Amino acid sequence: MIAEIGLAALWLAAALAVLQLLGGVLALRGGTTSDIAALTRPAAILQGGLVAVSFGALLYVFAITDLSVKLVAMNSHTLKPLIFKLSGAWGNHEGSMLLWVTVMALAGALIAGIERRLPERTMQATLAAQGFVALGFYAFLLLSSNPFERLAQPAVEGLGLNPLLQDIGLALHPPTLYFGYVGLSVAFSFAVGALVTKQVTPAFARAMRPWILGAWVFLTLGITAGSYWAYYELGWGGYWFWDPVENASLMPWLAATALLHSASVLASRDALRVWTIMLGVVAFSMSMLGTFLVRSGILTSVHAFAVDPERGSFILFLLALYIGGALLLFALRAGAISEGERFSVASREGALVVNNVMLSAILAVVLLGTLYPLLTEAFDVRVSVGPPYFNPVGAVFTFPMLAVMAVGPLLRWRRDGFGRQTKELALIGALLLSGLILFALLFGMAILPLLGLSMAIALAVASFLPLKGRKLRRVPIETWGMVIAHFGIAVALFGMASESAFSTEKLAALEEGGTTQVGPWSVQLQAVEPVAGPNWTALSGRMTVAYDGGEPSEITPQSRNFWAPPQQTTESVLVTRWNGQLYAVMGGDSNDGRWQLRLWWKPFVTFIWYGGLLIALGGVLALVGRVRKDLKRRFVKRRGAERRTEMEELA
Amino acid sequence: MKAKHQRLVLVVLALVALIGAALLAIYALRNQASYFYLPEQMAENPPEVGQAVRLGGMVAPGSLETQADGITVTFTVTGREQSAVPVRYAGILPDLFVEGSGVVAEGRLLADGTFVADNLLAKHDENYVPRELEGMSEHQAAEMAEETTVGLE
Repeated sequence: MIAEIGLAALWLAAALAVLQLLGGVLALRGGTTSDIAALTRPAAILQGGLVAVSFGALLYVFAITDLSVKLVAMNSHTLKPLIFKLSGAWGNHEGSMLLWVTVMALAGALIAGIERRLPERTMQATLAAQGFVALGFYAFLLLSSNPFERLAQPAVEGLGLNPLLQDIGLALHPPTLYFGYVGLSVAFSFAVGALVTKQVTPAFARAMRPWILGAWVFLTLGITAGSYWAYYELGWGGYWFWDPVENASLMPWLAATALLHSASVLASRDALRVWTIMLGVVAFSMSMLGTFLVRSGILTSVHAFAVDPERGSFILFLLALYIGGALLLFALRAGAISEGERFSVASREGALVVNNVMLSAILAVVLLGTLYPLLTEAFDVRVSVGPPYFNPVGAVFTFPMLAVMAVGPLLRWRRDGFGRQTKELALIGALLLSGLILFALLFGMAILPLLGLSMAIALAVASFLPLKGRKLRRVPIETWGMVIAHFGIAVALFGMASESAFSTEKLAALEEGGTTQVGPWSVQLQAVEPVAGPNWTALSGRMTVAYDGGEPSEITPQSRNFWAPPQQTTESVLVTRWNGQLYAVMGGDSNDGRWQLRLWWKPFVTFIWYGGLLIALGGVLALVGRVRKDLKRRFVKRRGAERRTEMEELA
Repeated sequence: MKAKHQRLVLVVLALVALIGAALLAIYALRNQASYFYLPEQMAENPPEVGQAVRLGGMVAPGSLETQADGITVTFTVTGREQSAVPVRYAGILPDLFVEGSGVVAEGRLLADGTFVADNLLAKHDENYVPRELEGMSEHQAAEMAEETTVGLE
């Protein structure tokens, strides 16, 4: 019964999306005061509620493990803990697509409910675009991947969930990325709306900015969490493999970062109009492409789950429809959008343009590298593209961008010279140079980690320079946001460079009682014991580890065997100190009474994820600052209107 | 500078950067992409020594040996036509790595003809099969495909 309610709500929501689309289009033709135009906003709001009901129904059937629903029977199991039953609701294709439309419909409801700054025509066009995009996803769900499909004969027991995915990471990671993708769909709708009505104004950028910021924060968190998750779950010791699925989340982030900065220029300086629209389209294309790559399984990935090539072609069709349509509209209308304000090269706008161009170049590099295997496969040549390509080629554009990022926030809007900031520039340059020389002489490290470490230090200092000479109490929150986000980039960069420069790895075969050394750690294998869990058995290696002759502690990495479905996983153990992590993986026996261990000492590796969190925190602060300013402006406006009516009444 | 000129300059700048990025990417991809080899292809037309490539085939039954250090293993990867490539790998074997089953080894060829693997991809879970092993039947004799994909469905 509950499942049928969920399905019915989904159909009704799809019908409302049609109404929303029609209302918006008719409003554009017949004026915004008609009866139909008045329906657009309520349609969007009601739709949000209906889809939320539908998603609630899905959560419910998973919570009670209703095995007559096909999706539950395929993906759940009565023995699973409740939290994993719930997260299993979106740990599969149908459920994750329902989550996607849920977030999308709620976002649509929110803009329909509260966004009143833009001209009503632009809003109608935006909501129509949003309805159109939503409609495609409803069609996808209802026609090809109905999450509420019943089985003719209820299953006796569920087929379980991939044990790699039975992790709290799954409960959080995909929804976070979806929030990001969907935020970009809202930005896309705004861009289309503004393009249709040719109202590319600072007000438009200000309306769009919170959505970009929100999407960007979620993408940052999603990538950070996903990277850490893969790092400890896969047991390979790496945090980024340039895997297609990882690239699929990185590409929207790069586009969103560029969009965020160009929208700032548009909001405060009324420049970069066309470019911002273009980036809005590109950012959403990248989220769609990401979904396509992940869902279709067209590229092999270590993280892939719920893969289905046929559904891939549906997403490809949607991708072509939306992006092709938007690009066509762009080509037709871009010429009609008037020029924005001018600025000189040495200005904050100039620096932001460089940042945008570099980010787009990195995006192009990642995109080409990700799609290249598909391209060559058409000629029956099988290749894989990995770090030897991505790292150096990406770095060619990343380092100039970081250099500009260090300097850009010090410049003034519109027109500035570098003469005003000689001291600061000299400081940054000196830090960079001395870092380069010092690290090269001390450690003789490879070029990329060397550049990374020196740049990270220079950037960490440079990110705080914009605060110089200002009263810290009076610095606006959004400026703090920028400072912290830029500082976060420096911190993450430091972690990555340190990990690649100073990591030590040790493979050892130890008898019980044997010891080995990795970096400053000494590790002793005490015993290897069999252990059993609710749905697995494991070999557990009990070992004591001591840092630099200090107090020893005990860890027990495991090699686990699951039985529903049968699969083996490694449960690595991480020992975190302020200055890095010890990473221990238990292997099998080596046929002579010894056991294989794989150990890494990774100095400062945790900085990568601290950096990611700082970047996200910066985004949150910027968002809070912007929204607060907006609320204040609304309040003042309302008060002004009240005063005026009072005055009129008195008169 | 007029507004129109400014836009033109920006467009040209962006185009130059993007085309530059694309050209650089294509150049790097030709050199850095790691190509996939079958054992017979590796015998016939070996990649350059030290070039990162992938080798895919079947782990010959009875060839898996653990060296004295307890960590390094050697085995032979065979394909059709009696071609066989000796492989050396130091590390923990992937969970479902067994003799007589398919494997993809990432690594490089040494001058003496040994393939040194940095990473072995075997069956990851019941859904994951290295892509190279997936479509083998199209490219290889059916018998080879059958042997290689035993248990790999």
